[in-house]
Amino acid sequence: MALSVREYRARIKSTESMKKITRAMELIAASRIIKAQQRAQAAAPYARELTRAVSAVATFSNVDHALTLEPENPKKAAILIVTSDRGLAGAYSSSVLKEAERLIEKLKGEGKEVDLYVSGRKGEAYFKFRQRAVVQAWTGFSDQPTYDVAAEIGATLIAAFLADVEDSESDVRAVDEVHVVYTRFRSMLSQEPTAVRLLPLEVVEGTEAPAKADVLPLYEFEPSPSEVLDSLLPRYVQSRIFFALLQAAASELAARQKAMKSATDNADELIKKYKRIANQARQAGITQEISEIVGGVNALADAQAGSE
Amino acid sequence: MADLSTDKVLQVELVAADRLVWSGQATMVIARTTEGDVGILPNHAPLLSSIIEGVVDVQTVEGETWVAAVDAGFLSVADNRVSILSERAEMSHEIDLEKARQDLERAKESGENDDAAEEAVRRAEARIRAAERAS
Repeated sequence: MALSVREYRARIKSTESMKKITRAMELIAASRIIKAQQRAQAAAPYARELTRAVSAVATFSNVDHALTLEPENPKKAAILIVTSDRGLAGAYSSSVLKEAERLIEKLKGEGKEVDLYVSGRKGEAYFKFRQRAVVQAWTGFSDQPTYDVAAEIGATLIAAFLADVEDSESDVRAVDEVHVVYTRFRSMLSQEPTAVRLLPLEVVEGTEAPAKADVLPLYEFEPSPSEVLDSLLPRYVQSRIFFALLQAAASELAARQKAMKSATDNADELIKKYKRIANQARQAGITQEISEIVGGVNALADAQAGSE
Repeated sequence: MADLSTDKVLQVELVAADRLVWSGQATMVIARTTEGDVGILPNHAPLLSSIIEGVVDVQTVEGETWVAAVDAGFLSVADNRVSILSERAEMSHEIDLEKARQDLERAKESGENDDAAEEAVRRAEARIRAAERAS
C-alpha cells in the first residue's frame, strides 16, 4: 500500500486507454481476417486448375523439366521464410522463425549450405540483429499480399534454382533446392508453422487417378507438351508461393486478433485489480483521518479536563 | 460420354491468379494461343495450350458476347469444360480505356526492344482492343 490513491487513479486511466488501443486492433484484425480468407478462397480456383493441368501433363508425357530434376547430391539450399511486417501478433513470427531454425539445423546436418530469403520486416530484423546474411528480403505486404509480389519472389527463387551451382561467376546465388517456411491457417484458433520443399517440384503423377471417376482426358498439347510444361511449371511455383503468402497473411491476422483479445482481457483484469486497491487505499485514508480527528478531539478533551 | 443435356454447352471458367473473373455457360470461346487464335466449340477434343496476351471472346448461351483481356496463361479444354487461366484477367467493362491508352503510350515510349517492354505493349493493346470491342 505504498502508493497514494491519486497514483492508482493514474494507472487505471493509462490501462484504460491501452485497453482501447488493443480492443481497436482486435477489431481491425477481426475484420481484415475475413477479407484475407476471402482472398485465399478467391485464389483457390487458379491453384486448382493449375494443379490439374500440371498433373495432366505429368501423366501423359515424360516430365523431364529442369524444375523437377532432383540434383544428384544437393549441397546448397535456399529457404524462404514468410513472417509478418508488424508485431503485436503474439508468438506468430517467433514460432515461424523457430520452425525455420529447425529446418536450417536439419539442412546443415545434411551437409548443405543454407541461403536465406525472407518476406516480412520481422524476419528481416531477426536475422539482421543476429548478423546473419539474408540474400534477399521482401517487405511491406505481409497482411495483404498480391500476386505480383508472389510472382517476383517466385522468379527470384526459380532463377536461383536454375542457375548453375558450379558457375561462380554469375551474381545469382545458385541453389540445389528451395524450401518455404510459412504458417498454415488451420482455423481461427490454430495456425501451424509449416516447412515444405518447393523445388525441385514433386509432380504427383496420376497414380490414384484411375480409381476416381474423373480420369484425366487425353490432352492435345499446343504447341508441344514440353513447351506447355515450360510455361506451366514456373506459374505453378508462383501459385504455390502465393498460396503460402495468403495462408501466412490469414494466420498473422488470426494470431494478432487472439493476442489483442487476451491483451484486452488482461487490461480488464488489471483495471479491476487497481480499482480494488485504489478503493482500499481510499478507505484506509478515510479511516486514518477519522482516527486522527477522534484522537485529536480526545486529546483536546483530556487537555480541557486537566486544566479545569 | 457426357449426358445429352450438357452436350451442346461449354462450362467456362475465366480464372485470374487472385480471383475467378467469370464463369458460366457458353456456346463458343475464342482465345489467342501461341500458335494463333483458336475457337472452341462444344465437344472439342481435350486441349491444353499456352495463350498469350490478348482478347478472349465468350459467347454465352443467352447469345451475349463477353470480351476479356488476359495476360499470358493457359487454356484447357476437357469434357466441355473450358478453363482459361491467366495471371491477370479483366472483363471489358472493368477496363479503364483512358488508362489503358496511357499505359500503351508509356509502354511504347519507354519500350526498347526487350521482352518485358514488348509484353507491356501487347498487354496494353489487348486491353484497349477488349474495351473497344465491347463498347
